[in-house]
Amino acid sequence: MISLQNLTVGYGEKAILSDINQTLEPGRLVCLLGSNGVGKSTILRTLAGFLQPLAGRVLFDGKDLTSLSLSQRSKAVSIVLTERVEVPYMKVADLVGMGRSPYTGFFGTLTKEDKAIVGEAIEMVGIGNLAERTIDTLSDGERQKAFLAKALAQQTPIILLDEPTAFLDFHAKISTLRLMQKLAHETDKTILMSTHDVEMSLRLSDILWIVQDGEIHTGTTASLTESGILRQFLGDESPL
Amino acid sequence: MKDKYKLKLLAVLMVLLSIANVLWGSLDIPVKDVWQILCGNEIEGHPAWSIIVMQGRVPQMLTALLTGTALGTCGLLLQTAFRNPLAGPSILGIDSGANLGVAIVLLLLGGTASIGNLALGGHLLVVVAAMVGALAIMALLMILSKLLRSQVMLLITGVIISYVTGSIIQLLNYSATEQGVHSFVIWGMGNFASVGIERLPVFCALSFLGLLLATLLIKPLDALLLGDRYAENLGVRIGRVRQMLLLVTGLLTATTTAFCGPISFIGLAVPHLARLALGTSYHRTLMPATMLIGANLALACNLLSTLPRDGSIIPISVITPLIGAPVVLHVILKQKNN
Repeated sequence: MISLQNLTVGYGEKAILSDINQTLEPGRLVCLLGSNGVGKSTILRTLAGFLQPLAGRVLFDGKDLTSLSLSQRSKAVSIVLTERVEVPYMKVADLVGMGRSPYTGFFGTLTKEDKAIVGEAIEMVGIGNLAERTIDTLSDGERQKAFLAKALAQQTPIILLDEPTAFLDFHAKISTLRLMQKLAHETDKTILMSTHDVEMSLRLSDILWIVQDGEIHTGTTASLTESGILRQFLGDESPL
Repeated sequence: MKDKYKLKLLAVLMVLLSIANVLWGSLDIPVKDVWQILCGNEIEGHPAWSIIVMQGRVPQMLTALLTGTALGTCGLLLQTAFRNPLAGPSILGIDSGANLGVAIVLLLLGGTASIGNLALGGHLLVVVAAMVGALAIMALLMILSKLLRSQVMLLITGVIISYVTGSIIQLLNYSATEQGVHSFVIWGMGNFASVGIERLPVFCALSFLGLLLATLLIKPLDALLLGDRYAENLGVRIGRVRQMLLLVTGLLTATTTAFCGPISFIGLAVPHLARLALGTSYHRTLMPATMLIGANLALACNLLSTLPRDGSIIPISVITPLIGAPVVLHVILKQKNN
C-alpha cells in the first residue's frame, strides 16, 4: 500500500499540488484524470522517485520513499513512460528481460527462473506470439503491452503509467485498459495511470483520481457522480 | 549458442590476423626465418631481421590489436551514452581534444622534440595532455547533450569543436619550429609502429585498464538503451555511470590518440559492424563482438599499410576512412528510410 501524507509536489521551488493526503490500495486500477498542466505527470514522477517531494512524504508499506535505496526502489515501483524508445535489434523478450535487471547479477545474465518470469509476463499481456519480434516492428498498442510486460517482469507491487493510451487507436485503448484492470485484479498490484480518456476510465477504473483546481478528488465513478464532482469536472472539460 | 559461435569465429580470425601481421611486413623476410626468430634464433647474415620482427612487427601487431579494440569499445560506449548511432570519438570531436593536448605539448612545450625520441617521461606527458584534452571535450559534450536533444545538433557541435581546436592547432603550428611541425604532422597520420617495444608496457597497461573498466559498464549500458528514466527505474545510478563513461572513453581515446595519432572511423564503424554481425543491441554480446571486430579491423588495416613492400608504409589515417565511410553512409541511409 502507498500512502501520500501531506505531500506537496512540484519542480524546484514551485509547488504544483499541495498537501495531498491519499492512499492507494493493492489490486486496484486507479486512473488519474485532469487537464494538461494540472500536475498528473508531476505526481507520477514524484511517486517514481524522479522528483523529490517538496513537503510531506510518500510511504511504501510504511517505509519513506526517500529512504529507499535505488535498488530497493527498483523492486517497489515500475514505470511505463510515454516517450518512444528506439533500440535496433531489440526483441520483445529482450525488452521484457530488462525488467529483471534489479534482480540479475553483475553482467545482467538471465537465469532459468528469470526467463520463466519473462515468459509469464509476456503471456499475461497476451503477446506471446510476438516474443521474438523486434520492438521497431510492433504497432503502438503492441509496444505498450510489451512495456507493460517489462513492468510486470520487474515484479513490483506498484506500476505507474504515464498516459499509456495516448497514441493508441480506439480498440487498442480499450484492450489496454481492460488488460490493466485484469492485471490489477489478478495480480493484486496497484496500477496508477494518468490518462485523458475520461469515458473509458469512468467505465474501467476501480478508483478515479480527479485533479482539479489544485485539489485531488478520489472515489469510484459512482461516488464521484453522486457527490457532483464528476459533473463539475466534465463540465469545464467538455464544451458541451 | 549462435552468438557464442560467432564470437569464437571472430577470435580465431583475430589470432590468424595477428600471425599474419608478424609474418608479413614492409620488408620481405621468409616465413620460416620469422618463425626461427620467434623461437629465439638469430638468422645468419641478417642480424637486423631479429630487430625488425621482435622490436618492430610484434609490438606493432599488439598496438594495432589493442588500438582497434579500444577505439571500437569507445564508439560503442558513446553511441549508447548519447543514444546516437553516429557518435564516435572522431565525429564528436573527442580526439580533436586529444589532438589539441598533444599539439600543446609537442608544438608549444616540446618544441624540437620528436615523438620517436621522446623519453618515457616525455611521452607520458603527451598521454596526460591528450587525456586532459579528451576529457575536457567529453565533459563539454555531456553537458551539451543535456541541452541539445537533437542528434544532429550534437554532431554539428562535434564538428564545431573540431574546427575550433583545429584553428588553435594551426596557430600553434604557425609559431612552432619546423621540426615540431614535422613531428606533429607525422604523428597526425596515425601509425601503429610509433609505440615500440619500450613504451609497449605503458600502452598495454593503460589500454587494458580502460577495457576492463568498460566491461564493468555492461549491465548499466543495457539499461541505458531504454533511456535515462527507465534505466534509473531499473536501479542504475545514472550520474555515476555517466562519470564512469566519461572517464573510460576519455582514457581509451587519449591513450590510442597519444600513442598512435588520431585514427578516424574505427570507433564509429566497428559497433555497427558488430550489431550487423550479431543482430543484437545487448552489450553482454555486443561489447566482446565490438572488441574482436575492432581488433580484426585494425590488424587488417595494419597489414594493408605495408602493401607498398618497398620498406615504406601507407599512413593508417589514409586507410581507415576508406573502410569507415561506407559504414557511416549505410547508417545514414538506413535512418533516412526509417
